[in-house]
Amino acid sequence: MTRGERHSLWIGLLFVSPWIVGFLAFTLYPVIASTAYSFCDYDVLSKPVWIGTLNYREMLTDSVFWQSLRNTLYFAAFSIPLGLVMSLSVAVLLNQSVRGRSVFRAIFFLPSLIPVVASSMIWLWILNGNFGLLNHALKSIGIAHPPQWLADPAWTKPSLILMSLWGVGHAMVIYLAALQDVPRSLYESADLDGAGAWSRFRHVTLPMISPVIYFNLIMGIIGSLQVFSQAFIMLGGGGPQRSALFYAVYLYLNAFEYRQMGYACAMAWVLFIIILFLTWVATRSTRKLVYYAAE
Amino acid sequence: MRTLKKVIVYALLLSGSAVFLVPLLWMVSTGLKPLDQTMSMPPTWLPYREYVQDGGQLRERKAGEVVTATATVVRKVSFRWENIGLAITAMKYFPRYLFNTLFLCLLTVTGTVLSSALAAYGFSRIEWRGRNRLFVVALATMMVPFPVVMVPVYCLFRSVGWIGTLKPLWVGSFCAGAFNVFLLRQFFMTIPKDLSEAARIDGCGEFRIFWQIVLPLCRPALMVVGLFQFMATWNDFLGPLIYLTEQKDYTLALGLQFFQSQHGGTEWHYLMAASTLIALPVIILFFFTQKTFIEGISMTGIKG
Repeated sequence: MTRGERHSLWIGLLFVSPWIVGFLAFTLYPVIASTAYSFCDYDVLSKPVWIGTLNYREMLTDSVFWQSLRNTLYFAAFSIPLGLVMSLSVAVLLNQSVRGRSVFRAIFFLPSLIPVVASSMIWLWILNGNFGLLNHALKSIGIAHPPQWLADPAWTKPSLILMSLWGVGHAMVIYLAALQDVPRSLYESADLDGAGAWSRFRHVTLPMISPVIYFNLIMGIIGSLQVFSQAFIMLGGGGPQRSALFYAVYLYLNAFEYRQMGYACAMAWVLFIIILFLTWVATRSTRKLVYYAAE
Repeated sequence: MRTLKKVIVYALLLSGSAVFLVPLLWMVSTGLKPLDQTMSMPPTWLPYREYVQDGGQLRERKAGEVVTATATVVRKVSFRWENIGLAITAMKYFPRYLFNTLFLCLLTVTGTVLSSALAAYGFSRIEWRGRNRLFVVALATMMVPFPVVMVPVYCLFRSVGWIGTLKPLWVGSFCAGAFNVFLLRQFFMTIPKDLSEAARIDGCGEFRIFWQIVLPLCRPALMVVGLFQFMATWNDFLGPLIYLTEQKDYTLALGLQFFQSQHGGTEWHYLMAASTLIALPVIILFFFTQKTFIEGISMTGIKG
């Protein structure tokens, strides 16, 4: 290394030092410690005790664990595709030549900005079985016995899925930006070839925005498998019959209520593996469908 | 055909945006009602007061008062603005919650913008050995989900005695998160290299180039990072839930949830008034910074 190279190495490291400190303290050390804890019995108050793979084996027979995993996959299986269709549809509508586009965009976007605590309060109130606005609306269109939403184990997950659709504004803004980037010339040549509206959407729009759909899909997988705050605020420890006990909620309870830090860490690693696996599956199965124009 | 299409598009957009707005309007409306009207059936959108007109005189109807046949009942719209003050009092430590939240916002925004800008500069505008390999490591850290590091980070803060203080909620923001570094790096790379070279030839130190040349040119990107951090801190629920133990240290988000868990399912008017108070700053901020917001989100979506 020359003197100049050494000098720029030091300057470079100095500039990135905030990241290095954060990486060591808040990523590298915790990842190692979390791996170790996952093989330990650890209640924070006393020293961790090595128990081998007991935490992982316990998961296999823990019926609450399996229930939380099922609940989470249920939530993800509906909220991701429904959210995708909804945000993309709104974006396509807004991409037409409409007046007041920015006003509409703001209205659809706004709910995704509302602090999760406030939106949880709003939905607790709207979904209230007796005085809620939603049930009143359902009764007024002739449904005499609308569901008790958050009090009925069969309806807690649909309630949270419904609520998640209210927050699709973020994805919608991303789609709208992508739609506006599709070159007009492509549509013009499609018109010359006599393509109809659907075939233009199917063969021009969708391929052109496919990287963004893929991006939102991955973000959806990562986000919905870790869904926590709204479920915890609205239904505490999982709601009626633990019907809305999501993975992250059960993990939180294990760590900070039952003080089973080791089990919580083991659960976190299993969650990471599930996320990686589903991301891999999503990437594999969409590989042929995602089109990168610039590459 | 074209007009039909236009009609359908506008009909869908109008009904869709109405559905998206209803929950927010319902929150504001409930927050300005007296308790009995929040649960009246059928629900009313506008809070009202009832008056009895008996002969020439108009007086307020008492609760549960039976009106004689000669009199008529008149309803007039009347918002209960006093609910806002009453909700603040009912939440007990509201001023503390607000102070704690603003304190955290100030520190995390400062910390995030400064540290991410420094790190992004080091990863983009200085050539040094191993830079790109280290940046790949930085990108890889984005994949680690929060639950994996949650317990050890908690134990780390516990071992230095910070549980029950605000420190765990802002210290980390001075350590440049990978996502923001990535975002700013993309932006820094668009600034011509000649600019730095010229300054270096003039004997300008690296920090001065960063501070006086590159940063001013990157104001839009820094705004995006700062704004997103402000929102993240203002909205954060899990962090305060894990680290805070005393009620007076709570943030607005945690304080509201605490209030709800104490008075859950009854005082909907106070709950909605308080929710409005917490949501309103975010909504106002959005209207003043709409362009930055939309551009920032589009940027993360397309480049990510």
